[in-house]
Amino acid sequence: MASPAPANSLRSGPDENGHFGIFGGRYVAETLMPLILDVDAAYKAAKLDPEFQREFEYYQKHYIGRPSPLYFAERLTDHFGGAKIYFKRDELNHTGAHKINNVMGQALLARRMGKTKVIAETGAGQHGVATATACALFGMECEVFMGAEDVQRQKPNVDRMRLLGAKVHPVTSGSSTLKDAMNEALRYWVSKPDTHFYIIGTVAGPHPYPAMVRDFQSVIGIETKAQMMEAEGRLPDTLVAAIGGGSNAMGLFHPFLDDTDVALIGVEAGGYGIETDKHAASLTGGRPGVLHGNRTYLLQDEDGQITEAHSISAGLDYPGIGPEHSWLHELGRVEYVAVTDDEALESFALCTRKEGIIPALEPSHALAHVGKIAGGLPKDHLIVMNLCGRGDKDVDAVIPKLEAKGLL
Amino acid sequence: MKAGVGRIDAKFAALKDEGRAGLGVFITAGDPDARTSAAILKGLPGAGADMVEFGMPFTDPMADGPAIQEASQRALKAGMTLKGTLALVRGFRQDDKTTPIILMGYYNPIYAYGVDAFISDALDAGADGLIVVDLPPEEDDELCIPALKRGLGFIRLATPTTDDKRLPKVLTNTAGFVYYVSIAGITGTASASSDMITGAVERLKRHTDLPVCVGFGIKTPDQAADVARVADGAIVGTAVVNAIKDSLDGDGSATDSTVSDTLAFVKTLADGVRGARA
Ligand SMILES: Cc1ncc(COP(=O)(O)O)c(C=O)c1O
Repeated sequence: MASPAPANSLRSGPDENGHFGIFGGRYVAETLMPLILDVDAAYKAAKLDPEFQREFEYYQKHYIGRPSPLYFAERLTDHFGGAKIYFKRDELNHTGAHKINNVMGQALLARRMGKTKVIAETGAGQHGVATATACALFGMECEVFMGAEDVQRQKPNVDRMRLLGAKVHPVTSGSSTLKDAMNEALRYWVSKPDTHFYIIGTVAGPHPYPAMVRDFQSVIGIETKAQMMEAEGRLPDTLVAAIGGGSNAMGLFHPFLDDTDVALIGVEAGGYGIETDKHAASLTGGRPGVLHGNRTYLLQDEDGQITEAHSISAGLDYPGIGPEHSWLHELGRVEYVAVTDDEALESFALCTRKEGIIPALEPSHALAHVGKIAGGLPKDHLIVMNLCGRGDKDVDAVIPKLEAKGLL
Repeated sequence: MKAGVGRIDAKFAALKDEGRAGLGVFITAGDPDARTSAAILKGLPGAGADMVEFGMPFTDPMADGPAIQEASQRALKAGMTLKGTLALVRGFRQDDKTTPIILMGYYNPIYAYGVDAFISDALDAGADGLIVVDLPPEEDDELCIPALKRGLGFIRLATPTTDDKRLPKVLTNTAGFVYYVSIAGITGTASASSDMITGAVERLKRHTDLPVCVGFGIKTPDQAADVARVADGAIVGTAVVNAIKDSLDGDGSATDSTVSDTLAFVKTLADGVRGARA
């Protein structure tokens, strides 16, 4: 995990109550409040415990397979004809995405707290699979809440969770996607306060989750820094990552927040296009509000009702975003852009054919933006894109779409 | 006539004089449509409700089970808004000056409305208190303190997970009454045993002089009576919302019997509460 931040650092947030500026906080029902305070206290203690640190590092290395490589994507670099493009290969992690970095941290914390039952929400199913995996490893009971629509479009991951011994609850309320899965997980947690630990899969939820998940994911950025120094002898110029709730992006960005020469770009899901209202770009198309325990940018109507997000990618199909991103957005430290479903699909196909890597639809969004900027940048400009997940889970859903577009 | 917290205090004082507990009834504003909702609201005191918890519909009600989620959906689909909710309160207040109305819901619609404007408009419409499920004491600066300053009650939820150490924090800055959530869970699911409720109310009473009302899981007149023997009020939500739902037609629209069926059910609850200490 990251070293302590100096004074005036952009890395020193949140405050004691979980606020990043006006964002973050703990907006939950009283029933949950004592549980969240317990998690906060336990995490504070764990952070200071070298044994926890040691365990965390042990599993990162021997179980997840970290460090993940920093790979020079030469053919895509040639293809775009500008900046030098590196991939941070978190798709090579055990279970196929960055999600497990965080899950191992929280599962170890749950174990320290004596909890033997775990719940999780999942969108693409990667967080659900990672949680089911850690639970199998540690002999814990696992229940995963997943929107019914996502159960359909990410079926391979549903099967994996079941194989790993997790119980998957399809959620049919609301839009039957990630937001509703999170509602349902929170509702369930309220009814099991004594026994269950809730492993949240992104940098959202009530404090301490946004900070805790970020800390566990920061291994991505810490490794990237060291690997880039080794490869190029200097820091990268631009980092690009896809944003659902924002955990892979925050993990990559956070160690670089004070390196103000490094440009940071978060790529939201533009769905059918921002102008259509069918998208999942909370920063580009939303405004501040309160949902799922924190204040952040949300897709909502005039009356404060949450509107349905849309993205081809189940992992990005969420009407909110982690509160630290909202704060970084208002500060202007990170630039947030949006990429459409179609652009992501094209990048999915391009990456597969040019690099022999089938990316998940989520990082395909990041790649689409890399494709937009790389050509116009000088050849010595170093871009790192977080290739945060592999696309096996998307194959079934993507093939008919690629065929329809004549890309297959 | 007293308004705001004063109206809540006056109601509990009157109930004390009568030597009985009160019945609080939860319905969702605009369920199944504004006109029907106004008629149910208007009829509640006559059916024996001593206080109304008026739900402000929200797309993502984190502490509610399917019944109240669906009530929100019906109301939103029929076009209910926070402005519309306050208009219903205003209509009710024209004829009824004594029955407290507690607006109950989630923070985001209030935040979108604007906290100051909301407090002004809610008081002006004749609302007396607020229950905002996702604003724990840790976030008191948002709405609780500004509301209390203006005389709008802020009613806190205490739950089975609120231990003695935390209870004082929960009771600080609460006004009107304390709402004891009798189960760890969402609305419309389990019910607590009478023994557990009795123990919990006694515990709360050791910490506060405010009236204590109990809700979550009270579904029948008998259960309401059990609670009314030990607490200052029994609050029924899901069962009433289900009575509304059961009266609707296949499309979820109101029928000729929606208002009368709902009020008839409320009357059975009121009879339970009123007979409890007889
Ligand atoms: C591969 C992959 N990338 C990204 C995400 C989005 O989450 P986050 O923004 O928290 O990284 C998901 C979520 O399921 C995912 O599976």
